[in-house]
Amino acid sequence: MMNIFNYIERKSPVHAMTGASKLLCLLLWSFGAMSSFDPRFLLGLLLVALVLFKISKIGVKDVQFMLWFTMAFCLLNNLLIYLFSPQHGVEIYGTCHELVHLAGRYNITAEQLLYHLNVVLKYLATIPIVLLFVTTTDPSEFASSLNRIGVNYKIAYSVALALRYIPDIQREYHDITLSLQARGVEMNRKKAALISRLKTASGTLVPLILSSMDRIEVISNAMELRSFGKNKKRTWYRARPFGAWDIGAILLGLAVLLLSVALSAFVNHGRYYNPF
Amino acid sequence: MEPIISFKDFGFKYSVQKEPTLHHIDLDIYPGEKILIAGPSGCGKSTLVSCLNGLAPFAYAGEYTGSLKIRGREARDTDIFERSKVIGTVLQDSDAQFVGLTVAEDIAFALENDQVEVDAMHERVREVAGLVNVQGHLQHAPGDLSGGQKQRVSLAGVLVDDVDVLLFDEPLANLDPATGESAIELIDRIGRDGGKTVIIIEHRLEDVLHRDIDRVILMDEGRILADMSPRELLCSDLLSRTGIREPLYITALKYAGVTVRPDICPEHIETLRLSEDDRAKVRDWFEHLPDPAPNELGEALLDAENISFAYPNGHQALEDISFSVRRGEMTAIAGRNGAGKSTMCKLICGFEKQQKGRILLAGEDAADLSIKERAEHVGYVMQNPNQMISKVFIKDEVGLGLVLRGRSAEEIDAAVEETLKTCSLSPFIDWPVSALSYGQKKRVTIASILSLRPDMIMLDEPTAGQDFRRYTEIMEFLEELNRSGVTVVLITHDMHLMLEYAHRTLVFSEGHLLADDTPAAVLSDPALIEAASLKKTSLYDLAGLCGIGDPKAFTARFIESDRKARRTP
Repeated sequence: MMNIFNYIERKSPVHAMTGASKLLCLLLWSFGAMSSFDPRFLLGLLLVALVLFKISKIGVKDVQFMLWFTMAFCLLNNLLIYLFSPQHGVEIYGTCHELVHLAGRYNITAEQLLYHLNVVLKYLATIPIVLLFVTTTDPSEFASSLNRIGVNYKIAYSVALALRYIPDIQREYHDITLSLQARGVEMNRKKAALISRLKTASGTLVPLILSSMDRIEVISNAMELRSFGKNKKRTWYRARPFGAWDIGAILLGLAVLLLSVALSAFVNHGRYYNPF
Repeated sequence: MEPIISFKDFGFKYSVQKEPTLHHIDLDIYPGEKILIAGPSGCGKSTLVSCLNGLAPFAYAGEYTGSLKIRGREARDTDIFERSKVIGTVLQDSDAQFVGLTVAEDIAFALENDQVEVDAMHERVREVAGLVNVQGHLQHAPGDLSGGQKQRVSLAGVLVDDVDVLLFDEPLANLDPATGESAIELIDRIGRDGGKTVIIIEHRLEDVLHRDIDRVILMDEGRILADMSPRELLCSDLLSRTGIREPLYITALKYAGVTVRPDICPEHIETLRLSEDDRAKVRDWFEHLPDPAPNELGEALLDAENISFAYPNGHQALEDISFSVRRGEMTAIAGRNGAGKSTMCKLICGFEKQQKGRILLAGEDAADLSIKERAEHVGYVMQNPNQMISKVFIKDEVGLGLVLRGRSAEEIDAAVEETLKTCSLSPFIDWPVSALSYGQKKRVTIASILSLRPDMIMLDEPTAGQDFRRYTEIMEFLEELNRSGVTVVLITHDMHLMLEYAHRTLVFSEGHLLADDTPAAVLSDPALIEAASLKKTSLYDLAGLCGIGDPKAFTARFIESDRKARRTP
């Protein structure tokens, strides 16, 4: 079955790291990438991210759904930026090198292209790291790492449980569709139009929600009966001290953020790299 | 000695209900006792459990009346966390209650919440895992374990707290017979070795009595009906009055005219002491019963020929399976979890495609039929009715298959009415599905399949998690359907179900078809019982005890006369 947003078990140094250090690295990295509009820097981040991907033994195939999804989102984002402010680049960089004139205020300028390049590179520099975090951190590591950076453990645990149940719910969805097909619902792509398929997909919602509610009741009872929520804090069975890779990851995150700040402060004198 | 749990004129009323669920409960449980609480569904035994472990009123709001003391403390002054340190609860469905990603984390869950240091936690988990013998699986996902192992992990998760009382809510519900037997042995050992008080809620009396029980508390309609030793209980007529199934050998003795008295030690088949006179009565009864007439076989409705199937991950689920189901039969497919029973049904319905072999439906190769077309021959009823019901109103739910096949409105109305009548659901025709009980919902799902008029219906564990009364209700309904001409295939690991209702049993084990024979023959074959994780029936032993050389014939004749007795109440 298709993997949407989930942990993938492999043996790699990235998997072996503690969730907390990965999460910290992810946050520092994202701040760094988000605050900079320097394509050289962002391209550098992308390359480092690809190397990390290689190390983690996660293939493009494993994450293709999320990849397509974010790329579609990135495309939409760019389209909207251009539609609503085609002169954004000109405003930022203060010059105007028109390449093609289209109509009215819509033209194509080198400044606007550079701005869009920056936006795309931001996606490319952060998405791999996010995917890497999600696919190499199992839900309980994830909960404990959220808790370690200060999130309330009850919230952290609910997030982790929700993540954990995704495969179960996918399986259940699959079973429900099969039984609906037996009742006569046509789910075949060739035989039914998209609209009617969507309609039937919504028909699976009622049983899916009902059985999920049952599940939630049982699990929350089971958790309360075993002291969940009794104290303000809890310990974690899987808690481990930081290893060399963990320290490395945090240092990497710090380096990214510092470099980003340093570029803005001393080299570009502002968040934008301006070649014009 | 002070009782560890003491109910005095105790009552409980849920906030959402008008009437109290429990009335005037007086019950003392002493340290080290082993208690069985039994009763039909709705008798209040689950509420009693919730009052003990604190789920009522902390998760299910409601009010106590009277007094409940746990270790001398009035329960209303304690919270659910304090109680969980005294009373550990092993809930019914171990699958749904796993919290940890690995076995070790799940066992450690309570320790984590009590902020135990990591090293101490690891040590305690290893210790407890050893106690229930799951130490080899600490790094596995709980979902990958067998049913029995899962239950042992849940037990370990409760034992880490060193509780005084262990509370088991229907521990046998999801286990195959052989695993259930070892679960009862384990509960007995843990209780004895740890000096714990054990409370078991279960309606499978015969299976629980596999090991000694001190007292049985029989409940009905929110009250305690009886509080006595198993021996006294079996000698009374309370069981049949409350609709709890008595052990098969006891029923057989009663049929044979043997009076069940305390001095024959009726609580275990192993301890049963029959006088020569009693034995003669059983032999005599046996010899005067006719052999059941062989079933008349109709034409083949379903043929499976040399089916092999492997899942994409390489797991060979079925290998060279051949059998046929004839019109009018009621067939059981038995075997432990993962034996290939459900896979076989998926192939028949067309949810999966076999790599080798072919399936014939009414003599026609099913390979070219879509899921939808096959559904007109074979209806499939899933285990959990909540997974099947997609409409708000019963009428729409039952008519859905017909609407989707473009039948006319009059035709649909007529068919829905007719089907609801067959399923005794006519009074509910305009009701929303959510207003029904579990058993009624199950009937709605069966009705929604029947409205397409298939020749055959297949049901996955139709009675899983049901008490004897609901079980009987569902099974008698299916039996009646079967008599009206619908061929029924049941996937089950419930031996009673097979024995009492099926004409024939197909036994699956590790992807192979081990046997295709009558239930009486299957359950009298020790090698087969072992391979399929079934259990020898107590009738087999009773036959031996009475010097009857043919236990298979004894079982078969008993079932036949029991069926007749049930039909003419």
